[in-house]
Parts: sequence; C-alpha cells; structure tokens
Amino acid sequence: MPQKPLKVLMFGWEFPPHNSGGLGTACLGLTRALSDSSRGIELTFVLPKKQETVKMDTSFVFADSYPVTMKVRLVDSILSPYLNTESYKDYYHLLSSGEKSFYGNTLFEEVEQYAKRAGVIAEEEEFDVIHAHDWLAFGAGVRAKEISGKPLVVQVHATEFDRTGGNGVHGHVFEIEKRGMAAADKVISVSGLTKNIIKEKYGIVDEKIEVVHNGNDMRDRDSYAKKTISSLQIFKDKGKDVVLFVGRITLQKGLEYFLYAAKTVLEYRPNTVFIVAGSGDMAEQMMRLTAKLGISKSVLFTGFLRGKELDEVYDIADLFIMPSVSEPFGLTALEAIDRDTPVILSNQSGVSEVVKNALRVDFWDSDAMADKIISVLSHPSLAGELEKNALKELPQISWASAADKCSLIYRALASHRVPTMK
Amino acid sequence: MFDIGRDRDYFGDSSDSDINNARVFEKVARKSYLPTNALLLELLNEHPDFKVSFSITGIFLDQAEEYSPETIESFKKLVDTGRVEILAETYHHSLAFLYSQKEFEEQIRLHADKVKEHFGVTPEVFRNTEFIYNNDIAHAAERMGYRGVLTEGADHILGDRSPNFMYRPQGTKNISLLLKNYKLSDDIAFRFSQREWSEYPLTADKFGSWVNNVNGSGEIVNLFMDYETFGEHQWEDTGIFEFLKAFPSAIYKHPDNNFVTPSEAIDRYLPREEIDIPEYISWADVERDLSAWLHNDMQQDAIKSLYEIEDDVKLSGDQELLSDWRKLTTSDHFYYMCTKWWNDGDVHKYFSPYESPYEAFIAFMNVLHDLKLRI
Repeated sequence: MPQKPLKVLMFGWEFPPHNSGGLGTACLGLTRALSDSSRGIELTFVLPKKQETVKMDTSFVFADSYPVTMKVRLVDSILSPYLNTESYKDYYHLLSSGEKSFYGNTLFEEVEQYAKRAGVIAEEEEFDVIHAHDWLAFGAGVRAKEISGKPLVVQVHATEFDRTGGNGVHGHVFEIEKRGMAAADKVISVSGLTKNIIKEKYGIVDEKIEVVHNGNDMRDRDSYAKKTISSLQIFKDKGKDVVLFVGRITLQKGLEYFLYAAKTVLEYRPNTVFIVAGSGDMAEQMMRLTAKLGISKSVLFTGFLRGKELDEVYDIADLFIMPSVSEPFGLTALEAIDRDTPVILSNQSGVSEVVKNALRVDFWDSDAMADKIISVLSHPSLAGELEKNALKELPQISWASAADKCSLIYRALASHRVPTMK
Repeated sequence: MFDIGRDRDYFGDSSDSDINNARVFEKVARKSYLPTNALLLELLNEHPDFKVSFSITGIFLDQAEEYSPETIESFKKLVDTGRVEILAETYHHSLAFLYSQKEFEEQIRLHADKVKEHFGVTPEVFRNTEFIYNNDIAHAAERMGYRGVLTEGADHILGDRSPNFMYRPQGTKNISLLLKNYKLSDDIAFRFSQREWSEYPLTADKFGSWVNNVNGSGEIVNLFMDYETFGEHQWEDTGIFEFLKAFPSAIYKHPDNNFVTPSEAIDRYLPREEIDIPEYISWADVERDLSAWLHNDMQQDAIKSLYEIEDDVKLSGDQELLSDWRKLTTSDHFYYMCTKWWNDGDVHKYFSPYESPYEAFIAFMNVLHDLKLRI
C-alpha cells in the first residue's frame, strides 16, 4: 500500500538561479530529490522574497506576498546568507551615521520579518513537518512550529563559526542559530565535522543530530558528452597546467593558503596558471596578496561564475583545490569531480568525509598543498587514477540518498506526537 | 612452514622516518618475533622430530640488525637446532622477476649471502615474493640450481587436483613444486580469532584432525603464513600462542603424521604430475594474481620509472645509490598504491602506512625523483 503523502513545509533563504553559493544549490538538489513522486512527499518551499526559480515540481511560496503588521523597509539589499562580521563591518564603516542607524539591524529585521510571515503561512498551509535551512530561516521555522505545533527539522549548512573562522563570531547570529537548534526536534548536519561544532559550540546532544551529507546530481554524460569549449582554452593551447579554486573569497574558504601554495608551485612549474573563480569580501585583499607574492601574471581572478562559465573552468582545470579553513560540506568538490577534474581537499571539509579518492591536506600546510599540486601536475597516472576513481564514487554521493535520509527523519517525527514548544 | 619478513607497513624505508621504523619493528619483535621464537625453541627441544621453515628477506635482516639484534639471535638459535630451514628469495622482497632477470638473480644471490653470513646455511628451495609464480619462474629457479619452489595452491590452477602432493613445474627436470594449502593455512592466519566463524574457537586438536584427514588423499600439507600471525595479526589474547604450543602434540596424536622441511619433502615425495602454470599467480587478494601491485596506472608508472633507471644506477658505481634504488624495489611500495579499495581494500589499508594509495604514489615518486638527481 502506498504511504500517505507526507507534507513538508520548507523554509529557505535563496534558490537558484538567484543564489550566491552552496546553500541555494543544496536546497535545489535536496528539494528536487525529495519531490520525486515515488517518495510520497509533498513539498512546499518558502522563500522570503518573490523570485524566479529553476523549473521543478515543488510548489513555491514567497513570504513577501504575505502581509505582516511589521513595517517594511525597502532597502538595497547588502544581505546574503554569507554575510559575515568582517564584511559587515567593512561595509558599515562606509556608511554615514544616519545610514548606520538605518542599516544597523537590517539583516536581523529581515530575518524577523520572514519569521512573522512564516507564522501567517503556517496558519494557512497544511503540513506535517517543518524543515528550515540555516539561521536566516531558523526563525521562520521556529515560528511555524509555535503556530502549528508540528515537528521542526533545522538543517545546518554552515555555522557562524565556519563563516568567521571562529574569530568575531556575531553574538546575535549565534543566538538565532542556537535557539533554532534548541527548538528543533531534529538537527540535520551536512557533515560529521559540522556535527561536532553543533555539539561543542551549541550544546546540542548527539542523539538529536543526524548527519545527512550533501549530494550531487551527476551531469547527463550522453547528452553532454562533449566538454565545453571555452575562451580559457588558450591556456591549454599554450601548454599550461590549470589549477582551480572555486568559492567565495572569504576567510572561511582559505584562498590565501592556495595563493601561498601557488607561489611555491610556480617556482617548480612556472608554466602553471591558477584560476580563482568567486567573489567575496576578501577579494581585494587577496589580489593584493597575489601582487605581493609576485605571482599576479599567473593568477586569474574571474569573479563569481555560474552555469556554463563555471562548467568551462571545471573542464579546463587539471586540478581543483579546496583549501577551506572550515567547510561544512563543499559541494564544488563534487561538481569538479563530476567534470572529470581530480581534487585536493582540505581535511577541514565535510566533503572529504565522503570522497575517498582525493588528496587531502591541512588547509594551513601550504607546502604540503604545493607538493601535492606538483605531483598531480607532474604525473598523469596520478591525476588519471584520482579522476577515474572519484568519478566512480559519485553515484553513491547523491541527492537521492540525502533525500532518503530526510524522508526517514520526517516520517519518524510525523509518526510521533511532538509536544508543542513552551 | 612459517613466513617471515613480508615487511608491508612494518619496515617501509625511505618514506618513513627511521624512528618510526624502529618503533614499529621493536613493537612487532616484542609482540611476535621474540615470544614466538622462544616458544618454537621450546617445541623443538621438546619434540625431536618437529620442523619449521622460514622465509626471511634481506631487508628484514637489515632492519633486525639495526633495531632488534636479539631477534636475529633468536632465529640463529632455531637454525642451530638443524631442524629449521631457511628459504631462498629476493633480498628486497621485490617484483624484479617481472622487470629485470638480471636484478632478480642478483637479489637472490645477495639474499643467499646474507643468510649464509647470519645462519651459516645456504638455501636450497626458492619462494618468490608474495608467492608470485609461473612456469618461467620455475625455469629460472631451476637454472639457478634450486631443488624446489613454493607457491600458492590457488583453486584456478589446481582444478580438481589437490595441493597436498608434490608437483613438477611444466618443462622442468630437477625441480619440484610445493603448493600452499591455503584453506588450512588461512584457518590459522585469518580465521583463528573470528568469532562469527562456525569453527570458532579453533583448538589445536581440531586442527590436527583436519590435517589428519588428508591422510589417504595427500602426502604433504604446506602451511605457510605471515610470521606476524603469531602475536601481531592474532594478538596474544586470542590464544594463538596456546594454539601453537599444543600444535605439534596435536599433529603427533595421529601416528602417521610427522613434520618435514621443504627440502626433506622434496627428497621424500616424488612429483605426482607436471603442472602447467603459464599465467602469473600469487597469494594476494581474492584474485590471486598481480593486481595488488600492478593493477592501476600509478603502479605501472612507478615501477616502470624505477626499472628504467636500473642500468644508469648500476653504471654509476655508487653503492649507496644502488642500495637506495634497491629499497624502492620492495613490492610493498606498489601494494600501498593499490586502488582496489572496494573489495580487498581493507586489507591493503591495514598494511599501509599511508593515508591513501595516492599519497603512497607521491612519496614513492618523490624519492625516485630525488634518486634520479643523484645519478
């Protein structure tokens, strides 16, 4: 007998194509897999603002179409899920004192507004389980639980400790995260690494946390058998090796260690090009560092890339590096593998828990990183084995298996009567 | 018969720090070699007909000299009883036969010299690294004057034949082939402490009765296993030493049984038939072939790059360089690079000091690169 459809009300913050990083990609991958009809889940995905989303079977609700009593301030948004204290401070300094009072709480006000609207949505929608992604949506999830008494799952894609590298943790963000996790009936963590942070820094008990690793939708190799042809092909034509970084240029992503390694690699293999695909609050600082290291002509900053352009850099790259200081998961590594690129992963990353066929390095050990980069570039047999064997692992690291785990969590919660929050 | 010196992670050389090697060696000596040798000496004194054979590589002896001279002394005492045979093999536990006939023969000679130096005996029966074998290896061993050769009694080469007879390698006249009874050997080496095994716990008496069952359908049972089975792979608390202590008596319970060394077996039992093994076999993994060492592109790349410089290294006349180069011929380096993770992988991982096969490859190629610079 088919199971009774289970209704999930999911709160997110961003969604492709209007995403600034992995959170949106993860929400897309997970919801698409959850919406697979064989799973018997009816999913409603709530976003704070009206936007276009990629086409899929999930129904979307945009919170900004719900009237709330709170005064709405229309501001140019500087807000992204990756706002961190450093970038916020940088920005804040530029503001006039009048603006300061105006902007000071904007993000938190938006978050609060989202939560209030979530309350209205929770009254109108019918659902069995609530699922909220990251702190920006935790308030919405908690509010929906308060209104409905339905069980709440919060999913942690990144903590404030990851975003700040532990320095300058924003107290208010931390509080929102902690409150959300405390109020939740289950906390989903995207890796064992993150689970440890949730236990140690947020005091959540082990039994309440489930690790659900992210996945990857493998590209269709039949219809896109051919690799992209890119303007970057010129590097290959000139016989250069290409080493790739993809990610936001923030403290969390460890780009500076990549650049230090690049400096060493170039001493041994001057014919190497390093591509930095991404933008972020430390971009300028990193460009200055590149100049200071005297390697500017071998490092290419492309800015934020998506879609075809991103595929092109993956395709052109001989090697992908994830030097993250603290990476809860690291979806880009799976994207690189899917595009036949061998990977070197920071030991401080969640993805290194699931990909066996990768080289690993501590993010701070630029010499070891350089040694491994040189080895991969010097030995096609090594690059080939890494590429081939990692690709074989990819089908097991799927959104479908992440969705399977989420389904189990939902059904377990829905079958119990969960007491309403005090 | 017991195997020794299949060094695997214990004695990796250029890639590990010396301190590390010393610690590992001393640990294994304490847990395995010294207590087992003491027990074997006791058994040899107690049972005038008890026999044991060892396959000890040159690199094992090198490391024992450096880290645990008392281990060498304990082996000497055993060999001095006259009832312990030492087998011939490549000094460096290498795959040289596959890449250089010249180096293969040189390593066997170096090993024979080393054995003579320490134990005053000259090996007469050959076993190749990891039981790697085919007809050509038997021919080479025969040419070098060996009377016998040992290998794995792999199912796919035996067919309906029994491993419990002496055989004649294809196309040879003066050399016999002894086949390991892998089932009975693995009962001790692998299954001894497995609680889920239906025969657990394995007592010496039970094992003795299985060996005795061969009477009537076979003449010899070749038990061959890692020396580290005693005290390292199977820890003391599994009861492995009690098993070994009771083992000779359990075998003697059946009056037809006795112990022989490989040379004595060759003297005593005529080859039953010729056996043709054109393809390489080994005792490793479920495949019993060369894939543990030479399956993937990294392994191929590494070993070809190594043997490519053999002549240059030798022509340089630099003995230290040659010695370092030879250390790289040890098969374990290639074993660590194995990527067959999904099935046999756990075994490889257990024996590897590296985080991954990729790290093993990098370490090897870095050393090789350094070596090339010294030519």
